Amino acid sequence: MSTQIRERLDNTFRLIFQSSGLLTILLLGGILFMLLYNSLHFFSITSFTDFFFKASWDPDEQYGFIPLLISTLLVSLGAMLLAVPLGILSAAFLSELAPRRVQAFLKPVIELLAAIPSVAVGFLGIVLIGPAIAKVFGLQNGLNALNGSVLLAVMSLPTIITISEDAINAVPKAHKEASLALGADHWQTMFKVTIPSAMPGLIAAVMLGLGRALGETMTVLMATGNASAIPKSFLDSVRTITATIAIEMGEVPYQTRHYFALFAIAAILFLISLIINLTGEFFANRIRKYHA
Amino acid sequence: MNMTRKFSAVFYWSILSGSTLLVCSFLGIILWDIFSKGFSSISWQFIASFPKEGMTKGGILPAIAGTFILTIITTLFAVPFGVACAIYLNEYATPGPLNNLIRASIRNLAGIPSIIYGLFGLALFVQSLKLGTSILSAGLTLGLLTLPYIITTTEEALKRIPNSLREATLALGATQAETIRDVVLPLAVPGILTGIILSVSRAAGETAPILFTGAAFYINSISPSLHQEFMALPYHLYMLSTQHTSIEKVRPLAYGTATILIALVFALNFTAIYIRNKSRKSI
Repeated sequence: MSTQIRERLDNTFRLIFQSSGLLTILLLGGILFMLLYNSLHFFSITSFTDFFFKASWDPDEQYGFIPLLISTLLVSLGAMLLAVPLGILSAAFLSELAPRRVQAFLKPVIELLAAIPSVAVGFLGIVLIGPAIAKVFGLQNGLNALNGSVLLAVMSLPTIITISEDAINAVPKAHKEASLALGADHWQTMFKVTIPSAMPGLIAAVMLGLGRALGETMTVLMATGNASAIPKSFLDSVRTITATIAIEMGEVPYQTRHYFALFAIAAILFLISLIINLTGEFFANRIRKYHA
Repeated sequence: MNMTRKFSAVFYWSILSGSTLLVCSFLGIILWDIFSKGFSSISWQFIASFPKEGMTKGGILPAIAGTFILTIITTLFAVPFGVACAIYLNEYATPGPLNNLIRASIRNLAGIPSIIYGLFGLALFVQSLKLGTSILSAGLTLGLLTLPYIITTTEEALKRIPNSLREATLALGATQAETIRDVVLPLAVPGILTGIILSVSRAAGETAPILFTGAAFYINSISPSLHQEFMALPYHLYMLSTQHTSIEKVRPLAYGTATILIALVFALNFTAIYIRNKSRKSI
């Protein structure tokens, strides 16, 4: 091949690669445009006050967003209450106590836990966790916020453990040894030395775990009962934003008010998970800079 | 004093290992419950025949075939774009605002809930591009979902190739495209492949993005057409466990479907872990 042809080929390939890079911006832009365009349509026919202050979500009558938001937050925060302590303690075990062999065994276990499809986790919510909750609390069925929280906790644990472990590993060993040498015991060292210095990374871990929980659809759709009223406790049935979209989008006629409404709640979900992911990212970058 | 210190150390050790054990037991419980109840429903007939008598009998062949074709479409669409984008980021891109914007987009795309990809697939492929609810629309939607993941893993694989190799090739007179084709990519193949297999396993288990882009409760024949609706394993499991009229009656079938789905996803994950371990040893 002549040099000229080779150079031309080189340029062509550079262009191909570059345009695929630009495609990602286009994709994000497209998603933003879709959400914004359809939500604007919705808010041109529905007032903000109705959306934010009506107390229930009854398509075609009123579109009160608050029950969905409260449901989503309740289930996700419940999941974090369970997953964060468990995740951080496990991460501490992995990075400080586990021998290499145990580590080599546990890492794939955590990867496999992360790999289980959400629909299978939701299925377990129906056949295993649900009946267990019903029995313990004497309820008719166990499809409620607690069920969703337990399942989401299991699903966000791999994320929390992996990132927390990196954060704890990054704390210089000398600090911990110094603390132990000064007479502090393991707990004091953990709570006064290791966790405070790993804090940015741990916050990142919690944020990314929370992001995963908030955006999860199938698990909550199957396990939380989907009643669209404001929940009063963890034993109430809830209906999250994601579940509402999943249930209703399949049946609404194209470009009706109801159709636009689902895009509007999707836009808000997008915004919430964006803020949470960016916060996580911010803290993750802080440790990266600190250790660079 | 010494006693309390010793006690506290033992306590520390047991709480930490207990937590880890609990996390592992979640995986154990999930697998035990599903596999122990699912294996009895699995037979050759379950894998190789169509659902019968309103799904209360028969097998899940169309769901297996649907998931298989769906992931092939996803891979064919997402891999070329994802790998090309990763090559751009690692081999060509220079630091600057454009580069930052691309990286920020990829990170954001990775954090978007999968149901929103479903909405995007509905608005773009099903409605705007008029592909209808079809296996093609669903496959493309899943392709978009896996794109950021493929880009990230591919870039990591490319990063691991030492720069001296690139410099040596360029010094010998190869163009940059030739360097990538003949030196960088062949060496990065195991890493890229690991990422692709993991992405495929994720796509195969996803339900939310295919809910309104083409998954169907029942189809009566497997057709090679890309414009037809399809059955898929995760969607089938969802339907059997929540939407069927006689839920208790189809529970064994739901367990069987869950077993096949998890076995499929794990087989892909084990393959990826195997390739990764093998290639780490060789580099």
